[in-house]
Amino acid sequence: MAIVLEAKGLNKTFGAVTAASDINVAVEKDSIVGLIGSNGAGKTTFINMVTGYLKPTSGAIVFDGRDITALSPRQITRLGICRSFQIPQLFASLTVYENLMTGVGVVFSGGRWSDARPLEGTPEQAVETMLGQFGLTAYRGKKASMLPEGVRKLLDIAMAMAVKPKILLLDEPTSGVSADEKFALMDMVMEAVRAQGVTVLFVEHDMEIVGRYTQRILAFYEGRIIADGDPGKVLEDPEVRRYVTGEAAIGGNHAAH
Amino acid sequence: MKLDRTTVTIAVVTVVLLVAGPFLPAWMTSLLRISLCYGIVVLGLMVLMRTGRVSFGHGLYFCLGAYAAAAHDKLANTLAEFGDASSLAVVRGALRLPKLLVDAVSGAFGPYDIAVMLVFAVVVTGLTAWILGFLLRKYRDIFFAMLSLAFSMILYGLLVKSSALGSTDGFNIAAKSLAGIKLEDESLRNAIYATIVLVAMVAAWLVNLYLRTHRGRLAEAIRDNELRVEYMGASVRNTIHINYVMSAVLAGIGGALMAIHIGHIDPEMSYWTTSGEVVFIAILAGTGSVLAPFLGALIFETIRSFAYEYSPNTWQMALGITMLLVILFLPGGLWSLFGKMRKAA
Repeated sequence: MAIVLEAKGLNKTFGAVTAASDINVAVEKDSIVGLIGSNGAGKTTFINMVTGYLKPTSGAIVFDGRDITALSPRQITRLGICRSFQIPQLFASLTVYENLMTGVGVVFSGGRWSDARPLEGTPEQAVETMLGQFGLTAYRGKKASMLPEGVRKLLDIAMAMAVKPKILLLDEPTSGVSADEKFALMDMVMEAVRAQGVTVLFVEHDMEIVGRYTQRILAFYEGRIIADGDPGKVLEDPEVRRYVTGEAAIGGNHAAH
Repeated sequence: MKLDRTTVTIAVVTVVLLVAGPFLPAWMTSLLRISLCYGIVVLGLMVLMRTGRVSFGHGLYFCLGAYAAAAHDKLANTLAEFGDASSLAVVRGALRLPKLLVDAVSGAFGPYDIAVMLVFAVVVTGLTAWILGFLLRKYRDIFFAMLSLAFSMILYGLLVKSSALGSTDGFNIAAKSLAGIKLEDESLRNAIYATIVLVAMVAAWLVNLYLRTHRGRLAEAIRDNELRVEYMGASVRNTIHINYVMSAVLAGIGGALMAIHIGHIDPEMSYWTTSGEVVFIAILAGTGSVLAPFLGALIFETIRSFAYEYSPNTWQMALGITMLLVILFLPGGLWSLFGKMRKAA
């Protein structure tokens, strides 16, 4: 499988705090990778570095053979790496339809997108398709500020998908979503992702979600990756059980959240 | 292309204003002209306000447009004189360029041609805004507002000190032709009225078109969440810059037309109270439609004229009370009344 994203020796320090320490990861095209770790372990820092929000203190990030370490979030987005946010970042005074149209409009207005991603139909059709894919049709005319949390999460992810990514980074897609909604949300997201052939990296605290949807897990602890491999193996790893899922520490057998 | 309601309304208003113009009493056409000129400036401010930035210094472009239109020959001569004092041939040549251009255009159209004056206003305000935009696009909120105010007061200060441009008194100007056609008295008055109506309505139509483009729609997204706009691959700063230049050019056109209509310009056009009036009208009108600024300006000018007539010492109070009532009962501005009426119907 081809490597689409590679982090080489990434380090990030904030004063005396080390948020990332010698991170080396190669992500294969079309794979779905889960990032786990307790709060402050360095997962979001990793996402922030890949998307250009933070610059690493040292190391390099390579996307499709191109060094993107020094690029801005906008340039990285235009190359095809998009993200969603732990706290949904929406256009509060615009409707769901207008929120999606803003992203679709950027793609359709052309400019320096890295390569011509196939655009079928009109922007309006593209938005309609997305509304259907993410189950947002009923909310199309509602202002983003008036939406329930689960729908806000979906819209936030849909907006990242609106700009036709090659890699999608999701920051805690199910946080704040009720237990009976989270699988439906993830099913919808994964279906949309598969339809477009997108590589996904997602940060998640819910081990049920991680176990069900990922093909590979990266476990973070104090800025380092302490385990990397297929879900079954990583979740059984004694270090991961001790530092991440907390099972060894409390002696239980249930997934920690 | 399907015609939207705003385009139809603009077309109807244009026809009504042009047809009714010759039959209206002079005071009323004068009121309309001033309102339309102010309306263009407020329309410009509206384009900028959509990005979440409010300029407290739009008088800068209102005044600059007026001076560029009225004093283009004087400005060109002054620049050429500056250039002549330099020992560098490149500087002499560069500063002589505007004069060559002005001479060539005046030769073709005659001096003080309305069309030529408008073109100069557009070029000068557009260039100035493009340059200042590189600085201003980095700021938001009160910093943007105060920085724009500072620039307008710098222009005011320069003009007050400039005896060649009439200092605090300013100077009189008189348009003489429109696109090369010589005009006098009544034909001149009619031509100015028609030009103001057409320019104002074409400006409203173009802004309406722009706001429907993907770039035009980005402004509201920027107002809501700049971070997300960047993460959608669009440039916040470039969009603000584009809207700022458009906004300045509109203010410049408004200023140039006002100068042509009044026949006199002075530095007061760049004073902070002028900028304040523009913001006042924008809030009074609301941002519901590209026609709202014109309605707002008409109501503002009507209240001002009548209040000044009947209560010369306390006319500002009438404007203050109007603003208070609008903020209390119509926070979306006067234009929101139409929305309420439509909902009720």
